[in-house]
Amino acid sequence: MSLYRDQGVALRHYKLGEADRIVVFMTAGHGKVRAVAKGIRKTKSRFGSRLEPPTNVSLLFYEGRGELDIVSQAESIDHFRPIRDDLGRMTDAMSMLEAVDQTAQERQPDARLYQMLVAALRTLADRERRSPLLVAAFYWKLLSMEGFGPILEQCASCSAPASGVALVAFDLTQGGALCRDCRQGLPVSPEALQLLGRILGGGLAGALQEPDSAVTSEVAALATHSMEQHLERRLRAVHVLDHG
Amino acid sequence: MYAAPVQDLIDELGRLPGIGPKSAQRIAFYLLKAPSEDALRLSHAISLVKERISWCRRCFNVSETATGDVAGQSECEICRDDRRDKTTVCVVEEPRDIVAVEKTREYRGRYHVLQGAINPIEGVGPDQLRVRELLARIDAEAIVEVIVCTNPNIEGDATAMYLASLLRALPVKVTRIASGLPVGGDLEYADELTLGRALEGRRELA
Repeated sequence: MSLYRDQGVALRHYKLGEADRIVVFMTAGHGKVRAVAKGIRKTKSRFGSRLEPPTNVSLLFYEGRGELDIVSQAESIDHFRPIRDDLGRMTDAMSMLEAVDQTAQERQPDARLYQMLVAALRTLADRERRSPLLVAAFYWKLLSMEGFGPILEQCASCSAPASGVALVAFDLTQGGALCRDCRQGLPVSPEALQLLGRILGGGLAGALQEPDSAVTSEVAALATHSMEQHLERRLRAVHVLDHG
Repeated sequence: MYAAPVQDLIDELGRLPGIGPKSAQRIAFYLLKAPSEDALRLSHAISLVKERISWCRRCFNVSETATGDVAGQSECEICRDDRRDKTTVCVVEEPRDIVAVEKTREYRGRYHVLQGAINPIEGVGPDQLRVRELLARIDAEAIVEVIVCTNPNIEGDATAMYLASLLRALPVKVTRIASGLPVGGDLEYADELTLGRALEGRRELA
């Protein structure tokens, strides 16, 4: 067995045996890694809260013989305290972690995805402001990285340019925004398409400053719907407190 | 492969949590070799627990159905104890947590077992927990203080914050158990979050 170092964000964990846990990490150098943290559920565990989602940690792994590695040492890089102190932020963080867990491939290095996740968590941990668009923006960027960036400047079906026809619907399976003749999926307003264009077209910082409004809600709902279409499953974390 | 009753036993044991097919086979053969009375004692203990134990109708702790009680309508020993403080409720995730709190001998109130914790990634929300039943108890039992004693992990913290947001509207004091360093531990090994919380919750010395 060999040792290797990496940095990773804890995405989720499962109980294992008496006092152990399997922790799933999104690492910078090894993609998604599943590893056993021995004795972590004991109150005197040396890991403490370091492997609790969504902590970003510097890790030393033992490479296991099977699918699972073993966490040998862990040192916090950032524990994102404000996220843990606020239920809304915590739900947002979980929504992002769930999407990463579903899209990242085990042992396939994806440093960009790791960096994007850390940056999004840092933004979420900013106590001064909280953007209603953060999770949505993260989903859109993630979809683009996966090669499913939506077409917004023309009808995704008949290629009629947005300058000539009104784009009134959105369906990710069709490739993006659709004109009146080709419409299917969800109806979409021009303001929402414009905001979506800003998120994906280099205006992210400005878009995240937008106050909560009908347009931000529309873009957020569209992001969740599109991500669920892409994953072909319902995102649990987004909806879990809906009926609370 | 094996005689049908042995195979059935292996299959049933294999359905238990943490028991794989090999372990199931090992336990089945241990039982086959064990004296009849040992195996029957186990089977009797299982049937007795299924016959006599149900959830307490008040706090959802495990409760033994007393003679004459209708199943599912009984109360646990703690809820039946008149000497306990009826105005304080300690909210825990599982009945096992009650045992841990009871061992401290520091708490003399009643409990409420949520039977889980909010776990967004697993899709466990408040609707799957005994939250509504807790809210109904506040007024009905004139509860003065709710101590949220869920695990200090992400699920337990989410549950605590959710309960606090609901209980804020009610005339009740809501507290959360303190979080800090374990007695006997070394400060240098403490993680930043735990040590931060321990500093935040520091107390004045006499």
